[in-house]
Amino acid sequence: MKHNYYPPGIRGIDADYVAALAGNPNTGKSTVFNALTGLNQHTGNWPGKTVAQARGYYRHRGKTAIIVDLPGTYSLSANSLEEEVARDFICFAQPDVTVVMADATCLERNLNLVLQILEITPKVVVCLNLMDEAERKGLKLDVDQLAHELGVPVVPTAAHTGRGIAQLKDKIHSVAVGEILPRPKTVTYGTELEEAIRQLETSLQRIYTNGISRRWIALRLLEGDHSVIEAIRQYNLAEGKQEG
Amino acid sequence: MGVSAALNLDELIEQGQELRNALGAETEIQDEIVTSIYRRAEAIASKVASQVDRGRDWNKTIDDLLTSRLVGFPLMLLLLGGILWLTISGANYPSNALASLFFMLEDQLTLLFLRWKAPEWLYGLVVLGTFRCLAWVVSVMLPPMAIFFPLFTLLEDLGYLPRVAFNLDNIFKRCGAHGKQALTMAMGFGCNAAGVMAARIIDSPRERLIAILTNNFIPCNGRFPLLISMAVLFLGAGGMKYGTAIASLTVASMVLLGIGVTFLVSYILSNTMLKGVSSSFALELPPYRRPQVLQVLIRSVLDRTLFVLWRAVKVAAPAGALVWILANINIGGVNIIEHLAGYLDPAGRLMGLDGFILLAFILGLPANEIVIPTLLMSYLGAGALMELESLSAMRELLLARGWTWLTALNVMVFSVLHFPCGTTLLTIKHETGGWKWTIIAALLTTGTACLACFIITQLVHIVGLLF
Repeated sequence: MKHNYYPPGIRGIDADYVAALAGNPNTGKSTVFNALTGLNQHTGNWPGKTVAQARGYYRHRGKTAIIVDLPGTYSLSANSLEEEVARDFICFAQPDVTVVMADATCLERNLNLVLQILEITPKVVVCLNLMDEAERKGLKLDVDQLAHELGVPVVPTAAHTGRGIAQLKDKIHSVAVGEILPRPKTVTYGTELEEAIRQLETSLQRIYTNGISRRWIALRLLEGDHSVIEAIRQYNLAEGKQEG
Repeated sequence: MGVSAALNLDELIEQGQELRNALGAETEIQDEIVTSIYRRAEAIASKVASQVDRGRDWNKTIDDLLTSRLVGFPLMLLLLGGILWLTISGANYPSNALASLFFMLEDQLTLLFLRWKAPEWLYGLVVLGTFRCLAWVVSVMLPPMAIFFPLFTLLEDLGYLPRVAFNLDNIFKRCGAHGKQALTMAMGFGCNAAGVMAARIIDSPRERLIAILTNNFIPCNGRFPLLISMAVLFLGAGGMKYGTAIASLTVASMVLLGIGVTFLVSYILSNTMLKGVSSSFALELPPYRRPQVLQVLIRSVLDRTLFVLWRAVKVAAPAGALVWILANINIGGVNIIEHLAGYLDPAGRLMGLDGFILLAFILGLPANEIVIPTLLMSYLGAGALMELESLSAMRELLLARGWTWLTALNVMVFSVLHFPCGTTLLTIKHETGGWKWTIIAALLTTGTACLACFIITQLVHIVGLLF
């Protein structure tokens, strides 16, 4: 399934790592994407879906990075095609790092998506964009404190002026090649729910889940959302056939 | 491996179900998960962010004004009129300059052909057919696009378009359509194929179809040159006082006609073929941002202007050649174009048009941009496209063919409402997954166009008789 997400055009470039770009709409995601990749872009559709996809690449510290621009979403609950596309990419294509955009001017609302993604993968860099606008509004943001609270690197940027883009590339590089091992502090739920999660996680150890976070699968099962399990089933069947 | 994994997965789903039942209702668990995440987000945000000083919230003040009933709509109209006025008055000079440049080029080409002693038919096909059609398309289209697109993109960048959607949401809802249709409609001004594709943002299939079927009523940039030249030639003629203003107003009212018909047809569709209630959605009004002027200019020139122009050129060149051939093959002393136009003439007359005009629209199916060049070429009969001296020469030619302001008006109305161009039709087929809705889209629009022109013509005749 992984290869499905990398149409042949971009595979031609020998990439050292793949980064996904996620975030709420209107956080300047496209601006960051443009700032990172410049003119090395390719747009098309997601395989089999009527959702637009943009990919691009850049070189940094001697490595080539592919950036996949995920659709802008407010959550990953798979209510819409966009959310499904974003979720499936993070789950099944397993990018080496996921950059989550957050709008510095309304941090609270943007943190929802950040926290949801942290439940799926630890390899996250948060890009706190529109810092200049937040400053103009008189907002003071403690970036170090935020990184501490989330347990992942946070890079403040003002992408339309280019501020912070170099630092963002540095952090993407560090997480992708393993120089930094983020230890996200995920949300803790009530004791009963946590106990149920623990039981499911134990059962999940017996199943090949392609490295998708067991805690996250457990949560979806408890929510009654079976689409993830079905996706895993499809994935395993497809892989099984290939081996046979 | 596949089979055993599948079994385990079923057991897993079962285990999940049991645990869920023990915990309480499904919705309760979902609620707990969502609430916990929200609470954590809130806790983090309150620790990390602090407000230093609270200035006046300009965003909100401006928003209250721009989306108010009293100011919202007049301002939208004013902006539309203003952009068109700038486009029309600004495009005039560069259009003429480009035309004379191409005229000089044509002279050079002619000399070249003479030196090579090329056969006459080749000269006709290449220079009088292909080159003139191309030159016309470029000199008429390029300047307005180079002005219109950056202005439009600037408004987009500023954050004005979501406010337009906000203003129009209510009307769309009353028509049984989706508020996001305002956005796909706005995309249609750039290109209807893009507008049709943009309808993906609408989740409900019913409302998405309405947005797709009605998108073509918004004149795309391929049709703006036609609207602008018709308005400048016949309704706000060059020498007239306030000519530019009248021409701008005419084009603006054509845009409003398109929007009005969009509402009307959406309403009819949602009460007949596509019955249903409109769904609601959350519209985020992003803060106003200072546009990145340089990037806007580069992007709108590269991505839009040149892209659209290139597409027009690609289509115009072969079309120019085709029309030249059709106009130069005689059957029974009359060329093919005149034959075809003759068949269409009775239908055209009913709508205040003529056979040549209808034929030009049909031949313009690949791209709306070539309708006017095709029309001029076929009027000239055995000859080729007229020389590119000026717009007034074009006016003389049309007047000689019995045109009045009513003909020009009908051409504009027909252009706004008629069938989508080839690219848009293919996009509709791709997006709706078949020919059925594509054919419906073509019939719906063309039917509306014929009806509108017919009503206008008959009304004018009745009123004219009464006078």
